[in-house]
Amino acid sequence: MDAPTNPWRDAFEAFKASDAAQMGASARDAAFARFDAHGMPSKRDEYWKYTPVRDVTPETPVPANNAADAFADVDAYRFVFVDGHLDAARSDRDALAKVADVAGEKGAPWMDGVFNALQAKPIIGAQQQVERPFADLNLALFSDGLAVRIPAGAALDKPIHLRYEGNRPAHLRLEMLVEKGASATLLESGAGALTTGAEVVVEDGATLNHLRAQTEVADKQFTALYAKIGAEAQFKTFTLAADGALIRNETQITMAGENGNGHIAAGVMGRGKALIDNTVYISHEAAHCESRQVVKNVMDDESKAVFQGKIYVKKDAQKTDGYQISQSVLLSEGAEFNAKPELEIYADDVMCSHGSTTGALDETALFYLRSRGVPLKEAEAMLVAAFVDEAILEIADEGLQNIIRKAVDAWMAERAAG
Amino acid sequence: MLKIENLHCQLEDDADTKILKGVDLKVEAGKVHAIMGPNGSGKSTLSYVLSGRDGYEVTDGSATLLGEDILDMEPDERAAAGLFLAFQYPVEIPGVGNMIFLRTALNAQRKARGEEEMGAPEFLKLVREKAKELDISPDMMKRPVNVGFSGGEKKRNEILQMSLLQPKLCILDETDSGLDVDAMKLVSKGVNALRDEGRGFLVITHYQRLLDHIKPDVVHIMAAGRIVQTGGPELALEVEKNGYADILGAAA
Ligand SMILES: Nc1ncnc2c1ncn2[C@@H]1O[C@H](COP(=O)(O)OP(=O)(O)OP(=O)(O)O)[C@@H](O)[C@H]1O
Ligand SMILES: [Mg+2]
Repeated sequence: MDAPTNPWRDAFEAFKASDAAQMGASARDAAFARFDAHGMPSKRDEYWKYTPVRDVTPETPVPANNAADAFADVDAYRFVFVDGHLDAARSDRDALAKVADVAGEKGAPWMDGVFNALQAKPIIGAQQQVERPFADLNLALFSDGLAVRIPAGAALDKPIHLRYEGNRPAHLRLEMLVEKGASATLLESGAGALTTGAEVVVEDGATLNHLRAQTEVADKQFTALYAKIGAEAQFKTFTLAADGALIRNETQITMAGENGNGHIAAGVMGRGKALIDNTVYISHEAAHCESRQVVKNVMDDESKAVFQGKIYVKKDAQKTDGYQISQSVLLSEGAEFNAKPELEIYADDVMCSHGSTTGALDETALFYLRSRGVPLKEAEAMLVAAFVDEAILEIADEGLQNIIRKAVDAWMAERAAG
Repeated sequence: MLKIENLHCQLEDDADTKILKGVDLKVEAGKVHAIMGPNGSGKSTLSYVLSGRDGYEVTDGSATLLGEDILDMEPDERAAAGLFLAFQYPVEIPGVGNMIFLRTALNAQRKARGEEEMGAPEFLKLVREKAKELDISPDMMKRPVNVGFSGGEKKRNEILQMSLLQPKLCILDETDSGLDVDAMKLVSKGVNALRDEGRGFLVITHYQRLLDHIKPDVVHIMAAGRIVQTGGPELALEVEKNGYADILGAAA
């Protein structure tokens, strides 16, 4: 009998011959080996209980739905990737290179502390056992991406927008160093990536705001974001995910310097048989840091939301302020929310809390609105908007908040019309 | 204007709890009808059944507004048809701004009636004017619906909504409860300003005090899910003086 074939190994072997694979070859080998040691996780793997990925193959199609690019009108340094490769003509590489350090194909010296530095680092605590197959596959297989350093003290004048298009199940990567006191905003959108992987280092006193609109993904997308936050630094990430058949967003943040701020927020809108999973790990390794996780799920039909969030506090990370809330509104009886909140704390002087709720929209509030003449679907949309807004308010920029609000409204309007 | 005949209702998920047991009531255009009655007699339930709240099942009888059967309508359709309920306990809605709420409601009703929607400038002007009359501060208008409002502020906000929406039939459920003397005057003034030939009122209250300001044409006494007595303003004075014992005794 033939040995069972492993399509991912075949894909990796084939990919290794390409030019794109030469950068970071040893890191890619190591990443693939990590993946291969276990293969795709199953329901028996603790952090994959609710999210079935066994049959995800290298040829998984990445169709887009008909939602518009949420960031189309934002003035930004655009990086458009089509079928896994930068479309230079539609991108602003040269413009960004004037104000920041954009690494070429061979990488750059500053990447040493970033590339494969966060992802390969073993994590302390229980979650070190967690399989991160898509992060590893992304590192092994990424065909293109952006590596950028924002020089110390620089405030990037407009956001960087990574845009994923095309039909190929691409793997795209971001490496980013925001040096001391610098600030930048990063946007991501589009369905044309099966996986994305990012490593970002936010140095002391620096600020990075990250915003992801996952509103066009019709089938699958797997993202992994690793961030290391320095002293007095601030990192905020927000994702709006809607409708994907299977979306998993993994975020791992390390609070590495005192008085750092790390915020993760997400709005999730599910319809049909969508499954949207946010899995978050925040590791407090320095004292006096604040972290927040705010996740709001709005689930209709037979859609499912998953939230797994952990706050890990090392022994020396005294005065940690860790907050986590995950809430779901179920718009139909068939919808589902699975939450796995975890605290693991080894310091004795901390303030950490988590909470999770699931329920229908508030009947009394709905009746009140309707009694004033607001039709049911519109009343639901108002309450949903208010519900999701608690996550949207975590976005630093008001203009970007409004873009996300519009996307939420559009989703509810489509629901009302449908 | 409002015609209720033999209205019976029970709880939807508990058929044994029958609350309204044959309510007959008619409110003519231009008139103010008051309903008084002991706690638990079904006054709020009547207002909910008329405005279409879930949880109650009408088992018999009918209710029409301007000749239209309202019991089969959705709550928002009833509102567009001209029904307004000032809640006994106005609802707080975190995250929904008062202004957005008012404008959405007003324009939804207009749209449902095939009228043109009101533009932002005209709406703002109108709200400012009405809010001022009810001593509602611009700051309160900016807040989410009823969130952090005091009891009296919530009641004033109900009357504000009423004067913006200009309903045909206004049901006021204990709008006087929780109001201080000055607020009572403001609210009454707001209500009286709306009194006209084409509009009817159903004012639920426990106290003559409100009826001193909003003078009723007819007073009904409700007990155990039915209207047991109907009379003029003097009936309210009698309740004020002697309580319900005599009336209920006579009705029994
Ligand atoms: N949803 C409900 N579930 C259970 N019981 C209910 C419900 N709604 C009303 N009732 C009962 O029906 C009866 C009438 O209640 P309702 O609130 O209509 O009285 P009311 O006349 O408005 O009283 P009050 O003067 O105290 O406001 C009460 O016994 C109440 O407990
Ligand atoms: Mg009552």
